[in-house]
Amino acid sequence: MSVTVSMIVNGKSVSAEVDPRTLLVDFLRVDQRLTGTHVGCDTSQCGACVVHVNGKSVKSCTMLAAQADGAEVATIESLAIDGQLHPMQEAFRQNHGLQCGFCTPGMIMSALDLVNVNSNPSEREIREWLEGNLCRCTGYHNIVKSIQAGAEAMSEV
Amino acid sequence: MYSFDYKRPSSLDEATQMLRNSDDGHVLAGGHTLLPTLKQRLASASDLVDLAGIEELKGISSADGVVTIGAMTTHSEVAASSEVQNAIPALADLAGGIGDPQVRNKGTIGGSISNNDPAADYPAALVGLNATVNTTSRSISADNFFTGMFETALGDGEIVTSVSFPVPHSAAYCKFPNPASRYAIVGVFVARGSDGVRVAVTGAGASVFRAREIEAVLNQGFSASSVADIQVSDEGLNEDIHASAEYRAHLITVMTKRAVDKANG
Ligand SMILES: Cc1cc2nc3c(=O)[nH]c(=O)nc-3n(C[C@H](O)[C@H](O)[C@H](O)COP(=O)(O)OP(=O)(O)OC[C@H]3O[C@@H](n4cnc5c(N)ncnc54)[C@H](O)[C@@H]3O)c2cc1C
Ligand code: FES
Ligand code: FES
Repeated sequence: MSVTVSMIVNGKSVSAEVDPRTLLVDFLRVDQRLTGTHVGCDTSQCGACVVHVNGKSVKSCTMLAAQADGAEVATIESLAIDGQLHPMQEAFRQNHGLQCGFCTPGMIMSALDLVNVNSNPSEREIREWLEGNLCRCTGYHNIVKSIQAGAEAMSEV
Repeated sequence: MYSFDYKRPSSLDEATQMLRNSDDGHVLAGGHTLLPTLKQRLASASDLVDLAGIEELKGISSADGVVTIGAMTTHSEVAASSEVQNAIPALADLAGGIGDPQVRNKGTIGGSISNNDPAADYPAALVGLNATVNTTSRSISADNFFTGMFETALGDGEIVTSVSFPVPHSAAYCKFPNPASRYAIVGVFVARGSDGVRVAVTGAGASVFRAREIEAVLNQGFSASSVADIQVSDEGLNEDIHASAEYRAHLITVMTKRAVDKANG
């Protein structure tokens, strides 16, 4: 059996026949070739796979593509426009918010959801929000700094 | 994952029918317990019946001193609801402390209580607040709903539709979270309502339970000092790499005192 899924991914309508057990993250990476979204665990804990579904951050490894049928999905690839980094991406670059970069797409998509609900987050609020995003190499200090700088830059735009 | 069929009904009748017509159909809510379990092949299903398309399962309402939360309402929605924050702030607080923001954006109250993980937070709120679980066929008091580890009173094909919480005089929840998952190593929900004090403990036993000896002393005087001389027995409590039974027993009194202080503002 297969199911038809249709959704808007980064502003573009897409539709495909998939096995019902296809995870959203695999749909994005394999079918849509959007490999910016990563998979770092199989316990739904690391957040490398975070994307936005209907404007809210979710772990795309813990959602079926079929559940996103009819939804609007945004991945890390939606952020830079014509090679111009999004202010949050630029803030990670300026503040050494990444080392290997594996966790970064999830960190940034999670951070953008935080800024949506709280445009001026404190350090503590950022640390609490990052509960579901693990980084195994940079250390959180510069990530928190990046998000603070990114939020500030976004409020100036 | 083993393969399954995916279905998205738009009404409860349709969902019930789909479950009845399947070999081994499971309801899919937020998927934040079910999908990880399926991914590990610890479970399988012939059909997943997704409740996401059923409007009547969503939303929060309050009337006559009772707050009713639809089964498909997410933890984020409960945490952010001004209705819940005003009527039962302890419940909004509990929902806002489940897992992480992404888990809260998908996980639902119906899924959490139907799963009845021994370390889940919501069961403590339901038992502490003397809530009622409404299903497709009946209403069940929280005291009778949670029957054992990952077990509930739900019958085959029975779907939780909402949970009704009587508004207490005061209440609070305190948990000692597992630092990796945020599940409760021990969580205590304390509530003072019209029929006295209720103290519900999660994380410590096979399933949520009421600490009757603590309720008795808190009914005498609702302050943390009332609990000072209580020593909870560690008999039958959970023991794992995170905490011994003895430690969990001790945490029950510590979390109770913190919750009572919090409830007293
Ligand atoms: C990383 C991580 C951290 C977490 N941390 C916590 C935590 O700190 N505290 C906590 O309490 N929980 C925690 N959870 C669990 C989370 O709250 C789950 O979302 C919840 O337990 C299950 O809800 P769900 O809506 O995702 O249900 P699903 O996973 O979709 O379903 C769970 C089970 O309930 C059944 N079911 C679902 N809805 C209904 C219904 N309406 N009627 C009948 N049966 C139904 C399903 O068939 C399935 O068997 C965590 C999960 C993850 C992945
Ligand atoms: S890959 Fe999704 S949480 Fe780790
Ligand atoms: S930058 Fe390497 S895991 Fe975070």
